[in-house]
Amino acid sequence: MKRYGGNARAIAALVREAEVHRDVYVDPEIFELEMAHLFPNSWVYVGHASQLAKPGDFITANIGRQPVMASRHTDGSIHVFYNRCPHKGVKIASEPCGNTGKFFRCPYHAWSFKTDGSLLAIPLKKGYEGTGFGDTQANEGLSKVRNVVIYRDFIFARLSANGVSFEDYFGESLSTIDNMVDRSPEGKLAVQATPIRYMHTCNWKMLVENQTDTCHPMVAHESSAGTAVKVWKREQGDSTETPMAVQLYGPFMSPYEFYEQSGIRIWPNGHGHTGVANSIHSNYSDIPGYLDQMVAAYGEQRAHEILGEIRHNTVYFPNIMVKGAVQILRNFIPIAVDKTLVESWVYRLVGAPDKLYERALMYNRFINAPTSIVGHDDLEMYERAQEGLKSNGNQWVNLRRLYDGHEEQDVTAVINGTSERQMRNQFHAWAKFITMGMDKRIEAAE
Amino acid sequence: MIGEKTITDFIYREAELLDTMEWQTWLDLFHPEGRYWMPLEWQQQDPVLQPSLMYEDLLLLKVRVERLAGERTFSQKPKSRCHHLLQAPRIVTCDPAAGVFKARTAYIYTETRGDMLERYSGWASHELVQVGDALKIKLKRVDLVNFDAPFGNIQLFM
Ligand code: FES
Ligand SMILES: [Fe+2]
Repeated sequence: MKRYGGNARAIAALVREAEVHRDVYVDPEIFELEMAHLFPNSWVYVGHASQLAKPGDFITANIGRQPVMASRHTDGSIHVFYNRCPHKGVKIASEPCGNTGKFFRCPYHAWSFKTDGSLLAIPLKKGYEGTGFGDTQANEGLSKVRNVVIYRDFIFARLSANGVSFEDYFGESLSTIDNMVDRSPEGKLAVQATPIRYMHTCNWKMLVENQTDTCHPMVAHESSAGTAVKVWKREQGDSTETPMAVQLYGPFMSPYEFYEQSGIRIWPNGHGHTGVANSIHSNYSDIPGYLDQMVAAYGEQRAHEILGEIRHNTVYFPNIMVKGAVQILRNFIPIAVDKTLVESWVYRLVGAPDKLYERALMYNRFINAPTSIVGHDDLEMYERAQEGLKSNGNQWVNLRRLYDGHEEQDVTAVINGTSERQMRNQFHAWAKFITMGMDKRIEAAE
Repeated sequence: MIGEKTITDFIYREAELLDTMEWQTWLDLFHPEGRYWMPLEWQQQDPVLQPSLMYEDLLLLKVRVERLAGERTFSQKPKSRCHHLLQAPRIVTCDPAAGVFKARTAYIYTETRGDMLERYSGWASHELVQVGDALKIKLKRVDLVNFDAPFGNIQLFM
């Protein structure tokens, strides 16, 4: 039964001021429309330039469900293409990353492509003479994603030819990426670790919303973080130094008041972050030598400014979350309406002490791994929600906490940290980007 | 005197304790400095500056075990159960004079919860030390054959 395709009004009606209809999480047709419209209309994270250090290096990724790849060309430039051969559609790259040498070669019939995607050679080329091949899209080589922006080494792409510019789309929200990069004394991040991958049997948006859900940690994570705190209290004896592990778990148990006053900042287009005044990452011990390096690199005042900005989770709509203070990016990759692959990446702060990298890797496995007890707590909630939402008793999800009756949309604001406004902000963006150009595209197809 | 059979028996006993969920007795098998390590990379060398799925000391293992029984541990309602199918351990080192005992054991591990059942294959590497008359775990390393695949929850121990 098709109810939503081509019906922008019906889709928009799923998002009320402070409620959303459960179909946004459970309806396969809505999921298809997200893949067809929302992801192509948005700026989506593809990868990090440090993964493409040398000419011929490539990475593969998905934008929504569409396979893409990025490569470093011989002249040093970075290109993003659809990962499919122009001949019969075979995926050119099948590994997450690698080096292809001077050119890509399709394994099926050996068409080859330069590392900027252009067609290099076809065996028995004369078989195409006089066939009109020169006028086909195949003659151009690998189809390019034309809207690509590399911001401080973060590669973003927008598949739709028309839409919101990168600058307008992200605006001031880029300050979290800035802060993460600035935390390197050399102003540089490097991906050196494979991501932690974790399969979730729930809709991708549940994960995104959870990033700014500050009323769940002390409840859902009592079992993990609460137990960690309890066991440490019992076992600590006369040791005065809290282990790094307990420092990472402990703050999850902070009371409501802590989250209330730490604040949430929202930005236009669905972006926002928790931890404005301070955050769960604020009280980690200093790493010896790091501050000195930062002061030497940036000067006393600027170094303190950078390290004093300790945000918690920044959501970049639609589907990534960045933690500047612990150098982690989580990518919520939609697989199906009830299936999401989460890839959690750690960036090494180039030039900073190893201990910082150790802490970031530890945080990642404590919170974001399939073996993570905090992860177990969260996934249990998402799975129960995915099940519970099938119930017809009430078809609306309530997002009304601290709603004041007349919220302005697409604004920048700092609010009480237990507000659900960032979730409302995301759903406003969701309705905007999924319906954007929808009517026009349908007319064109007719 | 610790011989090869002592090591093999120890490894079977350890798996049995996990399968019967005698968590406290299982924890007692660890040396105070013992570690449980689950690498995330092929033939990984460094548990700390390379990414791991788990690298846990006794404190963290105690947290896990205590959490399993917690009143508000919702991911354990219903409870998980596990099953270890071990190949005969291959003794890598049995050197009582130096106090070094190492073995490698191929396994198939099953974890179930409610109607779900997941199966994993890998190798367990035990590094044991002698404390009094007994062996204790200095390091238990579990390498999954598909360490690079995305998994759902793994809540118990391989
Ligand atoms: S499919 Fe790629 S060369 Fe034929
Ligand atoms: Fe959580």
